[in-house]
Amino acid sequence: MKVKAQISMVLNLDKCIGCHTCSVTCKQTWTNRPGAEYMWFNNVETRPGVGYPKKWEDESHYKGGWKLNRKGKLELRAGNKLNKVALAKIFYNPDMPNLDDYYEPWTYDYQTLFGREKKHQPVARAKSQITGEYMKLNNGPNWDDDLAGSDRSFGEDPNMQNIESDIKGNFEKTFMMYLPRLCEHCLNAACVASCPSGAMYKRDEDGIVLVDQERCRGWRFCMTGCPYKKVYFNWKTNKAEKCTFCYPRIEEGLPTVCSETCVGRIRYIGVILYDADRVAEACEEPDDTKLYERQLDLFLDPNDPEVIAQAQADGVDMETIRCAQKSPIYKMAVEQKIAFPLHPEYRTMPMVWYVPPLSPIMNYFEGKNSIKYPEMIFPAINEMRIPVEYLANLLTGGNTEVIKNALYKLAMMRLYMRARTSGKDFDPEKLDRVGLTEKSATSLYRLLAIAKYDDRFVIPKAKKEKVEHVEAEQGGLGYEACNGCSLAPVHGSILRKAKAGESGKDAYAESFYGGIWRD
Amino acid sequence: MKNALDIFLWVIFPYLCLGSFIFGTIGRFAIYGANVTAESSELLEKKQLMIGSILFHIGIIMVFAGHVVGILIPKSFTDWLGIPNEMYHIGALVMGGLAGFMALAGMMILSYRRFSNKRVFKTSSFSDLMVNVSFLIIIVLGLSASFIGGAILHPEFNYRLNLSIWARQIFAFHPDYHLMLNIPLLFKIHVICGFIIFAFFPYTRLVHALTLPWQYIFRRPIVYRKKPRV
Repeated sequence: MKVKAQISMVLNLDKCIGCHTCSVTCKQTWTNRPGAEYMWFNNVETRPGVGYPKKWEDESHYKGGWKLNRKGKLELRAGNKLNKVALAKIFYNPDMPNLDDYYEPWTYDYQTLFGREKKHQPVARAKSQITGEYMKLNNGPNWDDDLAGSDRSFGEDPNMQNIESDIKGNFEKTFMMYLPRLCEHCLNAACVASCPSGAMYKRDEDGIVLVDQERCRGWRFCMTGCPYKKVYFNWKTNKAEKCTFCYPRIEEGLPTVCSETCVGRIRYIGVILYDADRVAEACEEPDDTKLYERQLDLFLDPNDPEVIAQAQADGVDMETIRCAQKSPIYKMAVEQKIAFPLHPEYRTMPMVWYVPPLSPIMNYFEGKNSIKYPEMIFPAINEMRIPVEYLANLLTGGNTEVIKNALYKLAMMRLYMRARTSGKDFDPEKLDRVGLTEKSATSLYRLLAIAKYDDRFVIPKAKKEKVEHVEAEQGGLGYEACNGCSLAPVHGSILRKAKAGESGKDAYAESFYGGIWRD
Repeated sequence: MKNALDIFLWVIFPYLCLGSFIFGTIGRFAIYGANVTAESSELLEKKQLMIGSILFHIGIIMVFAGHVVGILIPKSFTDWLGIPNEMYHIGALVMGGLAGFMALAGMMILSYRRFSNKRVFKTSSFSDLMVNVSFLIIIVLGLSASFIGGAILHPEFNYRLNLSIWARQIFAFHPDYHLMLNIPLLFKIHVICGFIIFAFFPYTRLVHALTLPWQYIFRRPIVYRKKPRV
């Protein structure tokens, strides 16, 4: 057993309203630079739909993630090392997405809105941020936002392939849900395994997957390797960039920007202890539907004295262990089994998990004597508007049983709380049937519905003073080595001015006014 | 004064270029190592790149290998092996011609793409354009030197008796410029252009040729990095 700590996230899809606040704040923080305009480290997709980039889940096209080879051993779907050399893939990567699979970033010709009054209403036309020329918009981020239910969205969603054809295109049976996505910070990250330069790595302390901007040579295999298409290529710096899990915030014990700003409070961050020695073996499970359970098996009980002793021996510090004991992720994923990984069949062991959403039929049913006959939820779950098969294709590699159990549990918890708050009787045996007790149902309700800040985010601080020369790192920026970043020159010039002896006040006044950085 | 020009071209100039190549490369990796990339534009355009890039890269690697063999292996060695001179030259022309035309076709497609595709052109630096043009020039020069300058106009010319010896002498630090006086003009221009490319090599995207990721073959798939303790 080798114990490692992994920072991970759970998103409660039941509460996601698809407002895109997470995407926007993330973009403002990380990717509002030239070359990075089309990068959405976090994006929210309307499901069923094409997703971003277009049809990213179609791995027969994009060749992301892992597969088992004929010997049953794990192999990158895009080809092993030999294959990359032999087929000259290093000169041309056949499986890399093209800018049109994302969209050509644009801005608007705002200047035309100013000036003398003209006969006609002035219109700001779209201008490409790459070529600077006027362009026709035919694709963009969230191009199909809220458009689920059309023939197009059904037809282009790979998760719909093996779902009864009568749902497809039947208006009464259409359904919609939101899926916020970010980098999964996988235990068996295919992007890391694909990187020829060794620039991509998992941090030993918390498992965050990063791209070393100084080592990246722009070979682009990570883009192909990542089955979630969450590694992007900066067309200006010619390097790969990806979600950083806001590591500078995590190191300070703060949640990521997307989690902090989530208005629905759907995001949870915590630590999971896992057995690194068994990851490879679990990834080689031949049955897709069992991969979720194999991954669950890797997670260790942070209260087990044996695990604690081994964790300390493996260099996990005590604060991290304490956080793992209070981890909301452990509660939801392991104790209650209501959270599931996104597409475990890619065999990357993703670490951003999702609580499946309940859907409208529930409301209809709940209104009708549901408190009197709570066992009615069992048939009702099967008739939910969002088909269980769809959720299973998305979250468990097709295992519908575990999804159903989670939905029973969520529904039963609601019924129990409704009975309690309206002062009605509720037979605790019914809770028992879905694996809840009055105590655990209450605690689950507090975690999911009340979702206090301190319950959602249990993040150990990195002991930076022990691992870094803090003074030397002061003012350092992740992307300072690249010349395409908009903020780097600003901060850089301030640092230079400070070195040249200019007072901080002068440098500040010169570069910062009215709360806006001068660019 | 004619000597002075020859001495400059065949003694001083090569060392200037090689100096720029060696010290420039060291400097690039030591100081600006972070911005060494393959500068791929595959994200912006894919179809033309596929044919162009594969043709050019395979062609140019074969061409490079051919130059290394032609320069480093002395005639006495192939004589000792019993390979007749005619056979050697026909072999070199066929193999070199094949590789050269592959590289030329590839570079023509790549250059057309770089200048005609708006996305690619607008995101190109001057140095990217210069690299494409200079490769077109040197490949055309190389092919015409071999086929026109050598095989057709001066069939009696054997570069292994003068050019190669001079090139080897450069590595031994005593080049004899007299060896270069009586070779066909096309060869001379080709050699000079070649040195110019070596001279600007470290300052352009070409450095990516030196960053081949050999270690990938041997390393474990998942890389973990630990922050060093102070």
